[in-house]
Amino acid sequence: MNPTIHHPVPDLITQIRRDIIRMVAAAKSGHPGGSLSSADFLTILFAEFLKQDPAQWKRDGKGMDMFFLSIGHVSPLFYSLLARMGYFPVQELATFRKLGSRLQGHPSIEYGLPGVHVASGSLGQGLSVACGAALSKSLAGDPHKVYVLIGDGESEEGQIWEAAMFASHYKIGNLTAITDWNGQQIDGPVNEVAGVGDLVAKWSAFGWRVLECDGHDHNAIRTTFNRSLEPGDKPVMILMHTQMGQGVDFMTGSHLWHGKAPSAEQEALALAQLPETLGDF
Amino acid sequence: MMTNTGNKDTRSGFGAGLYELGSLNPAVVALCADLTGSVKMEKFAETYPQRFFQCGIAEANMMGVAAGMALSGLIPFVGTFAEFATGRVYDQVRQSICYSQANVKIAASHAGITLGEDGATHQTMEDLALARVLPNMTVINPCDYNQTRLATLAAASWDGPLYLRFGRPSVPNFTPVDGPFKIGEAWMIHPGEDVTILATGHMVWEALEAVKILAEKGIRAELINIHTLKPLDEKAIIDSARKTGAVVTAEEHLLAGGLGELVAGLLSRHFPVPMRMVAMNDGFGQSGTPRELMDHYGLNAASIVNKVCELR
Repeated sequence: MNPTIHHPVPDLITQIRRDIIRMVAAAKSGHPGGSLSSADFLTILFAEFLKQDPAQWKRDGKGMDMFFLSIGHVSPLFYSLLARMGYFPVQELATFRKLGSRLQGHPSIEYGLPGVHVASGSLGQGLSVACGAALSKSLAGDPHKVYVLIGDGESEEGQIWEAAMFASHYKIGNLTAITDWNGQQIDGPVNEVAGVGDLVAKWSAFGWRVLECDGHDHNAIRTTFNRSLEPGDKPVMILMHTQMGQGVDFMTGSHLWHGKAPSAEQEALALAQLPETLGDF
Repeated sequence: MMTNTGNKDTRSGFGAGLYELGSLNPAVVALCADLTGSVKMEKFAETYPQRFFQCGIAEANMMGVAAGMALSGLIPFVGTFAEFATGRVYDQVRQSICYSQANVKIAASHAGITLGEDGATHQTMEDLALARVLPNMTVINPCDYNQTRLATLAAASWDGPLYLRFGRPSVPNFTPVDGPFKIGEAWMIHPGEDVTILATGHMVWEALEAVKILAEKGIRAELINIHTLKPLDEKAIIDSARKTGAVVTAEEHLLAGGLGELVAGLLSRHFPVPMRMVAMNDGFGQSGTPRELMDHYGLNAASIVNKVCELR
């Protein structure tokens, strides 16, 4: 049973943004900014492209597409999306960051939460893990794809570029990475903090097929995911141009909402911009 | 008492075991960070090229790739030097492997002071401490070629993250080719009544030499091989301490966080007895031959004998 599939995607995304605000506000901690910026394209990936049956999900990912979240701090988005897609009960979102919850501050496999293949949160590691999973699929003759979401700030980690070299060296064509290029990290704008520079040129130089996309334009997102499916032996990097905090006017475009919970008044202001569409948890 | 059947390096025991696993277990794959010959993976790599992944000098990525393979159902053996398998990639091993319960086998070569001439940059003397404090990690430090081969074979059948430590120099090969070896079960090499010697890794041969010297002095030492530091065979250690009332540990590792402190912690909780520890004091090593360095830092049979005599 997957009731959400019958809802229009825009309603699903609005409800997920609403969930994100409510989860972070209830926990009085968490990361709304990047969760909101990745919400459009990640929801479309799960709802329309990812070949996964939530009821049949298993951790080894055999016989299905796999998704890895390298930026584990956008767990509010990940959890809401998984719940709304039917991986676990929506009511469980109320336990986010609470003692004894499967919804840890950053994703964990310790408590058996469906949809989570690997722990993430310490940045820079997910792309490497996704490479290993994609190579395993090739070895097993499994034609499914592996997706991974990384961040632009996260791309300051050296391990990202180790993995970038590795993936093109091994011609991991069944791997699609997505960068949420929202331009913000905790300490400020990415290009003021450390400057990842021209990501198009960098990923191209590392031997990847690079696609760029407006990460809030739903039709552009669909077109880009479709293009990423064209066969080839290069790994694919989709650079999603987004705004941190998208969907809530006072959070949009500011690093200040990377890892901060809204107050009760701010929560009310935010929710007024995000109407309840599928029913709150 | 066991005799040396000819010096061999423990890393070659790993290489032999890995090669055997190639035909025994199709899920076994190997990854290496530009040290294929050094960690003795070349025979596996040549025979099973589709299951060998050269990762280049990028250990952090290699650990992550291995984690991804493991959670997909493969059994990756990741080979590099012990320093680069622990200190360099600690957080990758912690999050992507241990916290994620990824069935990765970390093959850590060139461990300890007996790396020799390369000096302190490469001589990790703290890796056992780093590995054993990680939740979900199993830690094995075999003593010779035969035991390293058996440990490698056993590692493939063991479910969960595992740190397998071995070394570069040729050292006596003295344990039987067929063991016994079982992960988590200490091995009674030589029963005795007067004092317990608990030894791991290259120090087991030194301890055997010490047992002979002590016998000439009329001291009947019991020698137990602690090849598995985690899970520790607590019962074997406590039983022996009850029997002899005195324990000496011996390891090629810093005093901090090694076998000695592990045993001291255990016995202080269950059956405190006088103890001495043969290990390296706080500090870094230096260049030299393996034998020179073992003697310089007191990691030898004479030191074990001295510590035993201090207890009497």
